[in-house]
Amino acid sequence: MTPEQLRYSKTHEWAYVTEENGEKIATVGISAFAVEQLTDLVYMELPQAGQSVTAGESFGEVESVKAVSDLYSPVTGEVVDVNSELADSLEILGTDPYEAGWIARIKITDETGMDDLMDYAAYQNQCSDDG
Amino acid sequence: MPYTYGTERDEQEMLEAIGIDGVEDLLRQVPAEMRLARPLDLPPAMGELELTQHLQSLSQQNTSAQQAVCFLGGGSYDHFIPAVVDALASRGEFYTSYTPYQPEVSQGNLQVMFEYQTLICQLTGLDVSNASLYDGGSSVAEAALMSLSITRRHGKVIVPSTVHPEYRRILETYLASTDTELVTVAATNGRVAPADIAAVIDEGTASVILQHPNFFGCLEQVEEIAEIAHANGSLLVMAFDPISLGRLKSPGELGADIAVAEGQCLGSPMAFGGPYLGIMACKEEFVRRMPGRIAGETVDRRGQRCWVLTLQTREQHIRREKATSNICTNQGLFALRASIYLSVLGPHGLREVADLCLQKSHFAAELIGQSSRCELAWSDPFFKEFVVRDTRGQVDELLAEARHDGLLAGVALGRWYPDLEDCFLVSVTEQRTREELERLGSCLSANNNQEVCHA
Repeated sequence: MTPEQLRYSKTHEWAYVTEENGEKIATVGISAFAVEQLTDLVYMELPQAGQSVTAGESFGEVESVKAVSDLYSPVTGEVVDVNSELADSLEILGTDPYEAGWIARIKITDETGMDDLMDYAAYQNQCSDDG
Repeated sequence: MPYTYGTERDEQEMLEAIGIDGVEDLLRQVPAEMRLARPLDLPPAMGELELTQHLQSLSQQNTSAQQAVCFLGGGSYDHFIPAVVDALASRGEFYTSYTPYQPEVSQGNLQVMFEYQTLICQLTGLDVSNASLYDGGSSVAEAALMSLSITRRHGKVIVPSTVHPEYRRILETYLASTDTELVTVAATNGRVAPADIAAVIDEGTASVILQHPNFFGCLEQVEEIAEIAHANGSLLVMAFDPISLGRLKSPGELGADIAVAEGQCLGSPMAFGGPYLGIMACKEEFVRRMPGRIAGETVDRRGQRCWVLTLQTREQHIRREKATSNICTNQGLFALRASIYLSVLGPHGLREVADLCLQKSHFAAELIGQSSRCELAWSDPFFKEFVVRDTRGQVDELLAEARHDGLLAGVALGRWYPDLEDCFLVSVTEQRTREELERLGSCLSANNNQEVCHA
């Protein structure tokens, strides 16, 4: 996956949607821009497999040396898989946020709000405004 | 009493420093109708000699645990305090210090916290302890909030009526502004039946809070209740008596997820109710949700052993509105006293204290059980406290009589438990001598005999 292939939320999460056995699965993570803004990460609370999540609502949190921030789900659905290696090696987020740094895979149950996700160009614009 | 002074010259200098003519200028923005136009209704000022005598005569109206034979308990206990506790804890370096805002400057304080946490982990059989909280009651409430945050369940917290009634009041207060319901389960005799917990637990239940030994001194069926809680995805919070762990299984062994305690019994005086020490330990997986702070050991750049605040006042600085708690500090002086006490006793000493409490309380219960006026309320197993029923139902008179004989014989239970109006709680520590126990036994019987004689 390259950053250009992903869709982004205003709160800096990314989603990559694929079709598997007729179901839409979103792999989600946080953007390189978010990781850079958070500075040194010390802890991440991941969602749990089986948990229901709603687009725009908190499904975990990330703690850096300067703040605790919520992780907001970019899609609505059920968590089917969680990147359990991430908790003990948060540095992956700094080196490879879009592949090895994925956070969870979510089976999409409701596509409402999916259209609000930005493409790469729009997200880049938002980041340059925020930065 | 501290000597505080404020001369006219001091006042004048302060007024000049801030550039005003008199104290009245400072009060000008308070509307006249809001101000008291007459002096406060107080007696005239006393001189130092007169004041010292007056305060001494007031303080002499109190009866301390040292002046009478103390069988009072219910959260505050008359255990022996070795002289070394006061000798070390009263050193100026400890007694007057406060953790600086750059805590690593104060390595001695951090080392105390670290050693305190180590002792509490060893005692509770749990992975992590914080550097302490304010007292037993607020620790119970903090543990309840922690359980809501960990389980992300906000429906219920279940607490049996055998948990200290004041702890339950604090819980009520903490939960009053949340959506979480505090469900109180009534006890069967001296303890709660696991089936009664199972009957009210549901998928919205964050935790079950037990006290073991409970407020009545009885032993709860902790393991069974822990299983019920865990099978439901809820946590088990256990309030324990630190002294009891010299003999009883630790909270960790019993399956507790979070263990809390009142730490006064570990080397601090009863002091008419406080300040005390809140103990809290939990499983490692919950450490991020633990309130307060944790000191850790590391090495400095020269490779020397040193201490840091591993999890410092994160609640305030970092978590902000996502915080589990607003507690950022700890009860340093009392944690120090507990550390000295536990270090001096060691595991064998603590076991000896626990065994003495166990044996002496059971001896006392046996004596009281033989009295024709009083009886043991229940036959449930107990540690160092037990509930006595006055068959005449005149608890206040009975306790007043005992007080007259120099015995603080127990705590009347009617104020918290209307159905136990005829009962009182008797606590027996290692300090009580055989002679004192026999005095208690005969005092409770003698009252009975007098009544019989008068009749």
